[in-house]
Amino acid sequence: MSDLNIQLRLQKASFELNIDRVLPGSGIHGIFGASGSGKTTLLRCLAGLESQAVGRIEIGEERWLDSQRQLFVPAWKREVGYVFQEASLFPHLNVLGNLKFGLSRAKTPAAQVALNEAIDLLGLDRLLERHTSELSGGERQRVAIARALATRPKLLLLDEPLSAVDQSRKNDIYPWIEKLTSELKIPILLVTHAIEEIARLTQHLVILERGQVLCAGSTLDLMSSLDTPFDFGDQTSVLFTGQVQEISNEWNLAKIAFEQHGLWIENQNFSLHQMIKVRLLAKDVSLSLSKPQDTSIQNLLACKITGLDQAHSASQCLVQLQCGSSRLLAKITKKASIHLQLGVGMQLWAQVKSVAIAQ
Amino acid sequence: MFEFFLEDSTLSAIGLSLQLASATTLVLLVFATPLAWWLSKGASWLRSCVSSVVAMPMVLPPSVLGFYLLVSFGPQGPIGHLTQLMGLQGLNFTFSGLLIGSLIYSLPFAVQPLQNAFEAIGTRPLEVAATLRASPLDTFLHVVLPLSKPGYLTAGVLVFAHTVGEFGVVLMLGGNIPGKTQVLSTKIYGHVEAMEYAQAHWLAAMMLVFSFFCLLALAGLRKQARPTRV
Repeated sequence: MSDLNIQLRLQKASFELNIDRVLPGSGIHGIFGASGSGKTTLLRCLAGLESQAVGRIEIGEERWLDSQRQLFVPAWKREVGYVFQEASLFPHLNVLGNLKFGLSRAKTPAAQVALNEAIDLLGLDRLLERHTSELSGGERQRVAIARALATRPKLLLLDEPLSAVDQSRKNDIYPWIEKLTSELKIPILLVTHAIEEIARLTQHLVILERGQVLCAGSTLDLMSSLDTPFDFGDQTSVLFTGQVQEISNEWNLAKIAFEQHGLWIENQNFSLHQMIKVRLLAKDVSLSLSKPQDTSIQNLLACKITGLDQAHSASQCLVQLQCGSSRLLAKITKKASIHLQLGVGMQLWAQVKSVAIAQ
Repeated sequence: MFEFFLEDSTLSAIGLSLQLASATTLVLLVFATPLAWWLSKGASWLRSCVSSVVAMPMVLPPSVLGFYLLVSFGPQGPIGHLTQLMGLQGLNFTFSGLLIGSLIYSLPFAVQPLQNAFEAIGTRPLEVAATLRASPLDTFLHVVLPLSKPGYLTAGVLVFAHTVGEFGVVLMLGGNIPGKTQVLSTKIYGHVEAMEYAQAHWLAAMMLVFSFFCLLALAGLRKQARPTRV
């Protein structure tokens, strides 16, 4: 496993990219931020596509950029896989030709194995003889990812690989990308502007603003902390992974282990003991000082208030709750928080109206 | 009535035209490639200048171009002086002279289709190739060349046809010497001057049909070269 050491500066027309970070050498790192915040530029610098970038880039023992020593390894000599926003397959080659393009140039003995693995991993064996124009958007992106993987990269860069793919196709590709994390021991950087993708796919998160790192850390922590200097808006949520404990065929519900209570969610063909990643949106959590007796909401959790963010918006405030060892966020109106006289340390009940499946 | 086709001077004029056009096409496709590539890589003051010089033969009367070449190839001209120093014969009234004239005269017809083809490819396929470990030369040979095939075909047809149809430069530089520098277009001129209208008619008709098929081929190529999504 090779950590990725990035010190970069690059002046662009609308912002200056200025980044100094060490990213852990495995898992998917979400690169998030508004458009024009430098997400794609960061990836291009890492790949060697921005010749004006200065600073230092190291992956493990390898150094790709060191301006002080006049070192700039050109893109074609960096062991990096890059998947562009649109699939960018070569139109003069068929699927197999595209896949083999990088393979024959990578000069690693394991490359053929890597290609076969990539074909398996992304389910492409039926498409190999197809012409690129006969592929759907989702298939094109899968070919592009496999083509990048076949070179055995030390770093995989995905630049909004799903932005040109429609929603139903996205759901087809998510599992393939999730599989990459468990199968590959390399860092993957995923640029996206969709919080759903961050929540579902990434373990680490870097939020950029005007070319600078606004905050970085574990996706779970950043999304559930009041201190994160980024407003996820309606998407503010916490993530957790739980095991299916019980399935009720009568009501088509499944119970996921969560602290001592467990959470009931809609059964989507889950099997017993399956691990499921779920997302609790702050706007779907409401609070009650006493245990509600006659409510339609099934999921009631005893919690303690650990933080209050009154400045969240003009009318809303964000309440951070501790439930056992887990953290929850509730988004309620300021009016309600004053009315209930909420304060840090108070014990109360959280009602969870719905739970989104993140995986 | 067709016997004049078998005359030595007619056959040699046709042969010379084809020879000149083939040689010009081959040489230009090779030499125009780096020039067109460089011109397609963005805009600068120097590029605009070079681009204008390359396009000049399109607007200049061929006789003007022919005149300047004639003078510079002559014993007092810079190129003539050079050939003399090297112990070579002068270029005026020779096939080599014609070839050099044709290369300059048809240069824009090779450079512009290639430049357009290279510009249409854009930078993305080059970047993709680089991230797949292809060196710049490798990328040019295995990505740029296949993707600009329609541009090369267009340039080839245009240069060939334009060279066959060339008159002013050839007349100035070659002097219409039968068997040596007399090509089809100047041969027709010779027939007309000698009042041999029947012969002129036949050769002219040949050129007409040839031109038509060249343009037909070009239209076919344009259709083929419709932009493909990359």
